Amino acid sequence: MIPAPFTYKRASSVDEAVDLVARDGEDAKFLAGGHSLLPLMKLRLAVPQTLVDIGRLGELSYIRDEGDHIAVGAATTHGELASSGLLGRDLPLLAHAAGQVGDPQVRHCGTIGGSLAHADPAADLPAVVLALDATLVARGPAGSREIAAADFFRGLFETALEPGELLTEIRIGKPAAPGWAFQKFTKRAIDWAIVGVAVQGGRVALVNMDQTPVRAVAVESALADGAAPAEAAAHAAAGTSPSEDLNATRAYREHLARVLVRRALEAAQAAG
Amino acid sequence: MNVTVTVNGSQVEAEVPDRTLLVHFLRDVAGLTATNIGCDTSSCGACTVLLDGRSVKSCTMLAAQADGRSVVTLEGLADGDGELHAVQRAFRAEHGLQCGFCTPGMVMAAVSLLSENPDPSEAEVRTALEGNLCRCTGYHNIVRAVLAAAGERGGR
Repeated sequence: MIPAPFTYKRASSVDEAVDLVARDGEDAKFLAGGHSLLPLMKLRLAVPQTLVDIGRLGELSYIRDEGDHIAVGAATTHGELASSGLLGRDLPLLAHAAGQVGDPQVRHCGTIGGSLAHADPAADLPAVVLALDATLVARGPAGSREIAAADFFRGLFETALEPGELLTEIRIGKPAAPGWAFQKFTKRAIDWAIVGVAVQGGRVALVNMDQTPVRAVAVESALADGAAPAEAAAHAAAGTSPSEDLNATRAYREHLARVLVRRALEAAQAAG
Repeated sequence: MNVTVTVNGSQVEAEVPDRTLLVHFLRDVAGLTATNIGCDTSSCGACTVLLDGRSVKSCTMLAAQADGRSVVTLEGLADGDGELHAVQRAFRAEHGLQCGFCTPGMVMAAVSLLSENPDPSEAEVRTALEGNLCRCTGYHNIVRAVLAAAGERGGR
């Protein structure tokens, strides 16, 4: 399978990348690791006229301690997140979950920004940034703006990014509550999660239980009221609207959510 | 566009369509056909090569993304005298292949693993090969071969 023809351009800076995409309008796309975009292009589900390669921009690839928060460049790969000592110490949820994405080859290429901007409800990191209550920074022709993770995911493969806007940074406050856990259920090692859950302190976010990653609000409020993990996890599917597909019925996903949330809450409690 | 990739130590330069995938560049332009096209969906790992020393799936990368960078394919592992790489020797000694289709990708994934983790446990080897499928299901001997290669290279 070969993508439809397009023009490849390599940007030498973020400013140039934003400029190049702005020039070609909605027919242009940013290319980082390519592990979401290229498969779509090979299937002709995406047919951009122009690709602007941002994969080599050092200014988008970093993990920095900013005192009260960690700043992660959007083009940082899953592999770099997983092996970061700084994340391992201060944001172990992100380091661990990034190490569970795909397989080693995918983690050598795929980026956190690409995963978030692609907004696949079955992807791991969107739920992780929800559980971490991250702030996403986007840059467009009009400048930079901050978007709360809670406002970022708008629908199936749809985000708050405007056409021409590039996700540049993910800012994550250092967690006040140390307990964390990440659980996902797959049939085979490299599959997307049928259901997954990310927990940081009292925040619980679900993978693949709706059109977007969602916070398990009912679980969180039960926890805030002092419920034990098993008790709180019983509410895991409340308010969700999981899809049915060849992997699972809706009822099966709801069951998985309750089981995985219980396991995650117990693990988070043990880790805290 | 004009793409120049250092493949197995030699520069390969060609004018190719922008949409050319790295695996096609390697097979059709460089003439190196050890790298197989299996699933073509970045699942099976048959097309695994090293890009700047790290394993990648060359069916899910544009040749343009490798422009100016260094790629090693299976053909580049043996030294100039034809002496096989430790991982290749171990695959032969441990019978780490059946039909052989997944083998180039398995070997490259194993080389990448051992460069990141010279002394992996069996569980770590199995996890590191998650991105490589063997439809003969010959996994036990493949894992044994990777562990043997690690041992031979002094890792264990």
